[in-house]
Amino acid sequence: MSHSATLPDPDLALTLSVNGKQEEVHVPVQATLLDVLRERLHLTGTKKGCDHGQCGACTVHVDGQTHLSCLTLALSCEGRAVTTIEGLAPEGGLHPMQAAFIEHDAFQCGYCTPGQIMSAVACVEQAQAGNADAIREFMSGNLCRCAAYPQIVAAIQDVAGTSGQGAGAGQ
Amino acid sequence: MRPFTYVRAQEVGEAAGQPGRFLAGGTTLIDLMKLDVERPAQVTDITALPLVDIAEHGGGVRIGALASMAQVADHPLIAARYPALRNALLAGASQQIRNMASMGGNVMQRTRCPYFRDTSFTACNKREPGSGCGAIAGHHRKQAVLGTSDACVALHPSDASVALVAYGAILTLRGPDGEREVSLEDFNLLPGQTPHLEHDLREGELITAITLPAPPAGSGVYLKVRDRESYEFALSSCAALLDVQDGVIRAARVVLGGVGTKPWRSPEAEAALTGQPATRETFENAARRALAGATPLEQNAFKVPLTARVIVRALLAAQAGEAADGHGDGQTADQGGRA
Repeated sequence: MSHSATLPDPDLALTLSVNGKQEEVHVPVQATLLDVLRERLHLTGTKKGCDHGQCGACTVHVDGQTHLSCLTLALSCEGRAVTTIEGLAPEGGLHPMQAAFIEHDAFQCGYCTPGQIMSAVACVEQAQAGNADAIREFMSGNLCRCAAYPQIVAAIQDVAGTSGQGAGAGQ
Repeated sequence: MRPFTYVRAQEVGEAAGQPGRFLAGGTTLIDLMKLDVERPAQVTDITALPLVDIAEHGGGVRIGALASMAQVADHPLIAARYPALRNALLAGASQQIRNMASMGGNVMQRTRCPYFRDTSFTACNKREPGSGCGAIAGHHRKQAVLGTSDACVALHPSDASVALVAYGAILTLRGPDGEREVSLEDFNLLPGQTPHLEHDLREGELITAITLPAPPAGSGVYLKVRDRESYEFALSSCAALLDVQDGVIRAARVVLGGVGTKPWRSPEAEAALTGQPATRETFENAARRALAGATPLEQNAFKVPLTARVIVRALLAAQAGEAADGHGDGQTADQGGRA
């Protein structure tokens, strides 16, 4: 048993691997990964939308897989590699998917965009971007209230090199 | 979310017998803790336990309870032998949730009934025994039409469990006093007058594995119908396994989702299929038998004729899969849109 604590005891010390760095934080037992990223590590690119695993705005990578940080207990992430939108590209640079989202105008308000991009990167890395239908299915857990879906699919197809494969008429 | 005692278990024996709740993928538990529906005094994190293997086992497959929905759906043994399970998993959640959610947790997931999930409603017999049912006289469009009682009509939400029951899944449970096995079909309980009792799971028991026997001969289909094309719970679904020889049905399994208070196996439909010619008329008769005991309410009455059509379509697809590949792994000819 490596942890055993209750509030209102002092906060728990926790070491997280975030974007390749070991970060020591002090958190209450019930803290989610999302809240720790935003409020302790000040990585505010990851967004809080519904906070119940329904919208995808909080999507990050945990050990290379897309996860919903709002439904992830921070304490359960010790020893796992977390990547956020801030960790996709070196400081000042853009990941090709970020560049493609700009190129294709794949957002309006931008609130869902970090989560969209984290899923989009995984979609291409995991070879699930073979055609527009496959992309739409992979991305179905990322909602966009501005309905930029056709442009998001186009950006992903651009990066995957599958433009024109089953693009159909947008949605 | 209320605070709790957090324990991270390193071994199965250490986890078994712990009070409170076990934390695996967290997609149900953390959600319900935020809603204040779940209020465990202790949470035992079991994510470090070595229960992720998926391997051949006695002609079938043994799935570690911590294998994720994504790992199971993508495993070659599952794709080749249990296509209805693969498609139920793919249709069952978004990619993120499939990456997180464990198979044991999927079996344990709680209803989406809004009166259960929202504590501002005082009446929910499942959440507060004896408090009444808000759904029966209230909003119940998505709730169950099979296996209901006057105390509860809450729908069992799992897609994967429907396919697992069709394939005869056995759960291995580890408790403080040792291990036992129970079929998933028997594991889920009907609500009756005790809808707060959902499973045959004793205090401190942990699901450690889900074992599938060798798949039956023939082909398997999972067909799911929902309000939108993806990322939505079922209004109605059917796992159909069909073995047809020379135009005659040798064996059939029919399990329904989106309509039952538990994954709903229909022995009536299976009896109406077995030994009969594999025709639409036979399938329509089986569908009628499956739904003869339905107890719909005003807003969910549509599920009865909808489910009859879902059953027929799933059986036709299973038959077509059988015809297409002779007698073998049974591709899903029809998954109701994308899987």
